[in-house]
Amino acid sequence: MRPFDYVSPTTTKQVTDLLGKSWGEVEILAGGSDLLSLMKDEVTTPQRLVNIKAVDALHAIANQNGSLVLGALVTLDRIGAAAQIQQGFPMLAAAAGDAASPQIRNVATIGGNLCQRPRCWYFRTGHGLLAQKDGKSLVLEGDNRYHAILGNSGPAYFVSPSTVAPVLIAYGAKVQVTGPHGVRELPLEKFFVIPKTEQEREHDLRPDEFITHVIVPPATGVRAAQYEVRQKEAFDWPYATAAVALTMNGSTVQSAKVVMGHVAPIPWVSPEAAQALQGKAVTQATADQAAQAAVANAKSLGHNAQKIQLARVAVKRAILKAAGGAA
Amino acid sequence: MADDNSKYGWPAAEQRALIGKRISRVDGPEKVSGRAKYTYDVHRPGMLYGKVVRSPHPHAKVVSVDTSAAEKMPGVRGVFVVQGAGSEIHWAGDDIVVVAAVDEQIAADAARAVNVQYEVLPHFVDDFRQPTAVTEDNSPLSQGDLVNMFTNQVPEPQIIKSIQAKGISFDVGPQMVDAMRANRISEDVIKTLQAAPKKEAQKSASPYKKEAEQTKGDPDAGFKDAEVVSEGTYGCPVITHCCLESHGSIAEWTDNDHLFAHISTQNVSGLASQYSQALNIPAANVHVHQDHIGGGFGSKFGVDRWGVYTAQVSKKAGGKPVRVMLERDAELQVAGCRPSAFAKVKVGAKKDGTLTAWQSESWGTGGPGGGGAPPMPYVINIPNQRKQHVAVATNIGPARAWRAPNHPQGCLITMAAIDDLAAKLNMDPLQLVLKNIQLTAPQEDTYHRADTYRDELLIAADLIGWKKNWHPRGQGTGVVKRGLGLAIHTWGGRGHASNCALTIHPTGAVEIQMGTQDLGVGTRTAILIVAGDTLGLALNEMNLKIGDNQYPASGGSGGSTTIGGISSSTRRAAVDARDQLFAKVAGALNAQPDDLEAVGGQIRLKSAPSRSMSWKDACARLGTQPIQALGKNPGPGDLISSGVGGAVMADVSVDTETGIVKMNKMVCAQDCGLIINMKTAESQVYGAMIMGIATTLYEEKIMDANLGTMLNPNMDFYRLAGIGDIGELVVHMMTGKGYDERGPIGLGEPPTVGPMAAIANAVANAIGVRVPFMPITPDRVLAALNPQGGSNATV
Repeated sequence: MRPFDYVSPTTTKQVTDLLGKSWGEVEILAGGSDLLSLMKDEVTTPQRLVNIKAVDALHAIANQNGSLVLGALVTLDRIGAAAQIQQGFPMLAAAAGDAASPQIRNVATIGGNLCQRPRCWYFRTGHGLLAQKDGKSLVLEGDNRYHAILGNSGPAYFVSPSTVAPVLIAYGAKVQVTGPHGVRELPLEKFFVIPKTEQEREHDLRPDEFITHVIVPPATGVRAAQYEVRQKEAFDWPYATAAVALTMNGSTVQSAKVVMGHVAPIPWVSPEAAQALQGKAVTQATADQAAQAAVANAKSLGHNAQKIQLARVAVKRAILKAAGGAA
Repeated sequence: MADDNSKYGWPAAEQRALIGKRISRVDGPEKVSGRAKYTYDVHRPGMLYGKVVRSPHPHAKVVSVDTSAAEKMPGVRGVFVVQGAGSEIHWAGDDIVVVAAVDEQIAADAARAVNVQYEVLPHFVDDFRQPTAVTEDNSPLSQGDLVNMFTNQVPEPQIIKSIQAKGISFDVGPQMVDAMRANRISEDVIKTLQAAPKKEAQKSASPYKKEAEQTKGDPDAGFKDAEVVSEGTYGCPVITHCCLESHGSIAEWTDNDHLFAHISTQNVSGLASQYSQALNIPAANVHVHQDHIGGGFGSKFGVDRWGVYTAQVSKKAGGKPVRVMLERDAELQVAGCRPSAFAKVKVGAKKDGTLTAWQSESWGTGGPGGGGAPPMPYVINIPNQRKQHVAVATNIGPARAWRAPNHPQGCLITMAAIDDLAAKLNMDPLQLVLKNIQLTAPQEDTYHRADTYRDELLIAADLIGWKKNWHPRGQGTGVVKRGLGLAIHTWGGRGHASNCALTIHPTGAVEIQMGTQDLGVGTRTAILIVAGDTLGLALNEMNLKIGDNQYPASGGSGGSTTIGGISSSTRRAAVDARDQLFAKVAGALNAQPDDLEAVGGQIRLKSAPSRSMSWKDACARLGTQPIQALGKNPGPGDLISSGVGGAVMADVSVDTETGIVKMNKMVCAQDCGLIINMKTAESQVYGAMIMGIATTLYEEKIMDANLGTMLNPNMDFYRLAGIGDIGELVVHMMTGKGYDERGPIGLGEPPTVGPMAAIANAVANAIGVRVPFMPITPDRVLAALNPQGGSNATV
């Protein structure tokens, strides 16, 4: 780890004043479960670390007219354990309560979870976000068994690492971002972007902005479930996840949101899968069709063809689980 | 066979108050409460922190090393060049320079300031592809080839044959002979080396070295005889040791030629001679200490290059203590690989299952030195065999012994091939193995090995419900399919050389000293159990000191040799000391020394237990002179034997849509002679089975072909089994007649051998097809189920 300045502001205004003008200069310290390992491995070498944990306003779980408002510093453990989230947003409580390991959930925050960096092993061993060497992609030339099957036209091939983001997007969540010019709100779906150059990041934040809140609209009547294809019971990165939220009209689907995780550089929303479900009763066959539609445009990078099948199964099982059928 | 007639013989079952009982580790509370101090926890006064500059290239020549900027940095106390200009580097992460500074950050800054220039050379890390069109290698053996054979525990006759056939490319000087003796290399091997023809080393461009073909019986006739022949390719990749506590030491010079080292080691008494050779000081000047070790698994027998340079940079820093513990990425990159092994196998049998012939073309890598062939066919000695092995030299990193070296690989390849043959014969694999069980008997079958395997298989089958749950391959409905698989395994485990000093003080205090170490075996507890049963004392009535080379030497904890070594030396010391005490007090009890026994804190007459005196009173009769006894192993009265076996059966569920394998249950029936502590013996087996699960489902040292570097040098992607992944584990230890009289035999390694094959066979049983290569990850399962390879993939 390299030397850095450490500051601990107490207001959001102070935070934005201390943030940098370009990426890499300054990093935000929340739970630190990702950042500290990046700094120890010198993948990230900020000159200044802004600890935001002293900003009291960012720790609260609140209810605003039925919407769930999560401060950026609410830990995954608290999200998993909060009765109001378990009741109103069970898919969110389940995803947060099952992420990583108990030790990590105790410190990892929702803001940090959305901003965590990719787990691409080329990025993590110091080859850069886009993992290019001599103009060639190390990912395409090398071992891409865990890499993207969607949104993978390049140059980014990593997968978005959050298991909670697809769930929040399926619920229609928004993020509140604070910068020097005030607060802006955008759908979480639009928050994630696929970087085109090494200098960009995986989200819409500017270097002097940070997430202050996550707002989840009321999910009354929404039937939602997620499914993770993961080899180990705990502390393991999934091959693919799917989060599905269904609004029902009697026994048919009025509208659906289908979001996949760990398949693309961003959480991948599939309008094709949603379309396939609309106006239909959820059966094994319709779930199959929707799952097939979700991966219709997927393509292998050479070593990750099986991920297409795994993503398809994740979508199918999440749909059936959401509809109350057997997963 | 242990000799019961000697006065040192193990107490009869009815006389064992402690031996064989379920006794918790004496250091358990210290360990679980965090009070136990591991090397990693040691902080010496004035200690400096070392950081290492490592090669980013898998194969390179060091052109220049400039340390001037680092040396000028405030807080830097020493810089030592480990591999200077001209050195050839054979794996990424290899050590180039070490710096020592007053804190970790300054050391890191200084390491970053070192400028190393490399000439990058071509690298090779592909051990998966089968070597083709390779001609037999007859080039002379290099020193590295030899070390590699020793590390991989290649059988001695094979080493001798190889030396005689190929000759050697180096001189065998007196220093090398001393070093070999220090490492317990046999005199036969040393003599063969001294007589070996010396030839010019040849620089080969090919990474492949083909060994001479080995045959047994008449393989052609054997296959002609066969009515069914099964063919398949099987294998497992290079994996690492991933010790919870990484390797490293804190070294300091107490004066100009005396070294004091705290080091994480499996070999407390064996390191002084290694330091001595590397640092050119007398071995007697080296003090080695370790209270607890956080895992070694075969990778911590040596001082290692980093141990030596820690001492060297300490010297540069005026002798101050310097700490170098490997970081996790370094540990995974440089501190040990279990060699890979792959094989194309053909095995033949009669319709009734009688095995007739085996043929294998195997290959694998143990790093730059290639790697030996695993023992095949494993345990089941098929009458006719033809075997051909190609060693693949790679820049993956150097091999180290990893629990039961080469056995898990040989077991997987053999048991998988036999399981596939059983499927082709439409036979239950348990019946096929039982049918051929006589082939497991060694030539000198003094302890009925085949009968033991049969018993173990039947017990394991009962525990896993084989009769009820086994079904022919692939039968079963639903998406999640369940299957059973089995394997049998073996190991030697004869106790190592050991010395135990036991003192009985006139106060009644008992002090035991031994230069051993406490690994998974539960060494402290075992020593106290043996001494306690011999002296009639409870565990907490004796004072035991281990973990320091100032105590009498005891062997390294490798090859599952510890329990036999330490229990025998302790038994001999305790019997001698006790008999001296009997001689002192017999008169007072009006008896002959031979009439006495020590039981429950009393010295008493065997024939009239009421005629007794307390331990304390007895010891008080020593006057001012304590009793001192030194017990040795080997020594009078053979107390131990060698050779154990076990049967492992696994029950898995496989999700055929996701390819995810879940362990339902695994059982192991295992023999290891006389069990000293039932609880720690079972723990050894549990731990071994968990390691087996991880190696089967998760572990792989993943190398990037273009970069030649490791892609998963972290515990995110170098994955181990968690508590939720292991299913139910059941252990059955074989005890009583037929086992107890053999004396204690090592147990740590054998149960790591069978699980990989048993789980792989269970997966094949569940899904109806073989997943040939480990680890059994979802992509591999799906590929096996759909050989066209992701039909919905549009590449």
